[in-house]
Amino acid sequence: MATGIRDKVAIIGMGCSKFGERWDVGSEEMIVEAFIECLADAGIEKKDIQAAWLGTCVDRVNVGSTAIPLAKALRLQNIPVTRVENACATGTEAFRGACYAVASGAYDICLAQGQEKLKDTGYGGLPAGGGETKGSMISPNTTAPGNFAQLASAYRATYGFSRDELKRALAHVSWKSHMNGAKNPKAHLQREVSIETILNAPIIADPLGLFDCCGVSDGSACAIVTTPEIAKKLGKKDLVSVKALQISVSNGYESAFNEWKGDHFVTADLAADRAYAEAGIKNPREEISMMEVHDCFSITELVTMEDLKISARGGAVKDVMDGFYDLDGKVPCQVDGGLKCFGHPIGASGLRMLYEMYLQLHGRAGKRQLPNPRFGLTHNLGGSPRENVCSVAIVGRYEG
Amino acid sequence: MVGIVSFGGYVPRLRLDRKAIMQSMGWFAPQLGGSAQGERSMSNWDEDALTMAVAAGRDCLVGQDKSKIDAVYMASTTMPFSDRDNAGVLKAALNLHDQITCADFATTMKSGTTALITALESAKGGEKGQILVAAADNRRTKSASVQEMWYGDGAGALLVGGENVIAEFLGSFSLSYDFVDHYRGATSKFDYNWEERWIRDEGYSKIYPELIAGILDKTDMNIKDVTRLIYPCVFERVHSALPKMVGASPAQVPGNMHTETGECGTAHPFVMLNRELETARPGDVLLVAGYGQGGDALMFRVTDRINSLPERMGVSGCLARKKVEKTYTKWLQFNELIETEMGARAEVSNRTGLSILWRERKLILGFVGGRCKACGTPQIPSDRICVNPRCGAIDSQEEYEFADRPAKILTFTGDNLAASLDPPSIYGIVQFDEGGRMMMEFTDCTLDDVEVGVPMRPVFRKKYYDKERGFTGYFWKAIPLAVKEK
Repeated sequence: MATGIRDKVAIIGMGCSKFGERWDVGSEEMIVEAFIECLADAGIEKKDIQAAWLGTCVDRVNVGSTAIPLAKALRLQNIPVTRVENACATGTEAFRGACYAVASGAYDICLAQGQEKLKDTGYGGLPAGGGETKGSMISPNTTAPGNFAQLASAYRATYGFSRDELKRALAHVSWKSHMNGAKNPKAHLQREVSIETILNAPIIADPLGLFDCCGVSDGSACAIVTTPEIAKKLGKKDLVSVKALQISVSNGYESAFNEWKGDHFVTADLAADRAYAEAGIKNPREEISMMEVHDCFSITELVTMEDLKISARGGAVKDVMDGFYDLDGKVPCQVDGGLKCFGHPIGASGLRMLYEMYLQLHGRAGKRQLPNPRFGLTHNLGGSPRENVCSVAIVGRYEG
Repeated sequence: MVGIVSFGGYVPRLRLDRKAIMQSMGWFAPQLGGSAQGERSMSNWDEDALTMAVAAGRDCLVGQDKSKIDAVYMASTTMPFSDRDNAGVLKAALNLHDQITCADFATTMKSGTTALITALESAKGGEKGQILVAAADNRRTKSASVQEMWYGDGAGALLVGGENVIAEFLGSFSLSYDFVDHYRGATSKFDYNWEERWIRDEGYSKIYPELIAGILDKTDMNIKDVTRLIYPCVFERVHSALPKMVGASPAQVPGNMHTETGECGTAHPFVMLNRELETARPGDVLLVAGYGQGGDALMFRVTDRINSLPERMGVSGCLARKKVEKTYTKWLQFNELIETEMGARAEVSNRTGLSILWRERKLILGFVGGRCKACGTPQIPSDRICVNPRCGAIDSQEEYEFADRPAKILTFTGDNLAASLDPPSIYGIVQFDEGGRMMMEFTDCTLDDVEVGVPMRPVFRKKYYDKERGFTGYFWKAIPLAVKEK
């Protein structure tokens, strides 16, 4: 019987480049920037890495397809390198590959790296769609904000919030992330922003304004993983281990069957349940110490709080307004600024979230350091509310 | 008895206020003031002759058995394709069966009436059961031209056959003269026109009387027997002087619809006839004429069956469902008469996978999904494995048309980021009451018109135009069922 990933893998090193509009450097240079930090943190040599996973999402900018760009940038020794892509869960997917590889015993030490360069498109926002598929012939010409904004219309219909009430809670979500991002020297956006500024920003996709949308950024993040046993042999102390790694993928139910109301994420709801079971967490609202969730848009974060069972259904607005998710709240969320302010280089985002959890668990998060965190949860959501890939990972102190 | 079995019409919701043309262009072309009364119909940016023909065709086929249709004729001078059976696209959008004759009638204003005569004659010969004839036009005109003032966009459809006839075909008469009052070269965007006085005196004022005399003679009828004398004419003065020339009274003649739609090209005789049929009584005799390099005239007598036709939107319904557009630059934008900055997002390629279009033609053109025979769940697209999580049957689906199913908004947004000719781009999930849902683009509405739960109706529209390759891509969008002009 399957026993899950809990405590089978330890993270021994992590690195993260500065996120932002990195006009000055290319993808390969950012890969190296994150990797150098990661390798030094792990205290091993490059030749100790036996296999690697590269996560990149958008092919027509960044490095294109295949895993070759990682092998080339790092001059890896012809080891197996695998390129993975799973929308906004790409970085977590790369991490998952590396974790499963060491957990299986196939390798001792593996590297997972996520990389994205979105600012070479020549315009704001994510790269525009297109493509010659059946989907492109029947789907509206959507954008990411347009896809996620629809959550707000359905959420309001289900729980009876006025547009203004919801807008105000969404503004608090972004305000809090800006407060946190301002404490993070690696973040893309490091500026505090007032609630009024957020509320009065131009509408991108109704009801989402400019500040309801996350930063579109360049960046790279990576992790080196091994088993706790090997980590101890390497002399590592206070290990951070993986407690849960879950992915849930839509199968067309939300988009084509008349049941889901459009007001939450079916996949996140399931992935969270599976992750808590895998990690042995019974009461997430009490046990989760901190979170980095996929706040591509403020409404995504708000709704996700309910799918993750931190807030009750329909209760996220109140929790948000009560400051429950603020840095000094019960379950601080987007401690590093989140996608909103740290930025969202798609392939790197999952690993960047883990980077913050890892720093916090080691007590190395500087001005953002939380008192004595135990479990950190990361969450990615790629696609759209009606069809998506969701990942939920939980990391914590190794207590074996 | 052969004749008209059903009728349907379509006029776009948007009407350009002619005063808006004057306000913007009067400084340049003050002579346009003479025609600046009322409104002209204006295609939305996602409408063309084919989408309007589909709308009129759907209106015409309300309550009809589609399996009886053996031929589809489409008439237009603004066919989206020069080499692709436009009538065949119309047939696919209406989801008619495949063993059918499709033909395009084009290149003259009278091609609608010519298609109608051809259809009636083949029905008379007994070769065909029912034939759907649709005429539609949306002619591009130069800014500040009198044609911009005169013309309108619209469509009409007539189903003809030998059974359940609502208007008996009494005969037709045609004239062909190479009288070139205007023309559009094969590669030209706009019409070229000769002097109005010549067109008025040597064209309309001579051809119509000859045409009307010809049909009366052929059908052995007197002008007094004709209840309604229906003919398009852009010159208001000629239009109202004609009854006297042919011995009719002005009461027999409906207006040329200048203030309501403008002249809708090949579709105009159909649009005018549709409107008359909406109020016609059994026994009424209708003479309808089409003009262009000569002309066609057809005579009909309305039967008792007209009273048993089911309700339809019709031309009158469309005329009532109007939104007056006063922003002339929007007209210019929709008709590609100005070059606006569309942003880098508009640069993505929209090349069409023609092999995909062929495989998915039922879905893309016909809006046909599936219904699971095991659990009864309607779903679109139809996939091999049923989407119902409590079913999952394999290869269990039968074809299921979604176009006429009642539906409501489940989610929506107005997107200012997506490249659009008419931002914000409004879209969301539309849920069908009897099962099935799909994220669709909304059209003919503003963000204020939509909310979760608002009833919606699918419509066949242009999804994109691939400028580089000249291909118009179509799919189904959704419009709010009832939008009042605010």
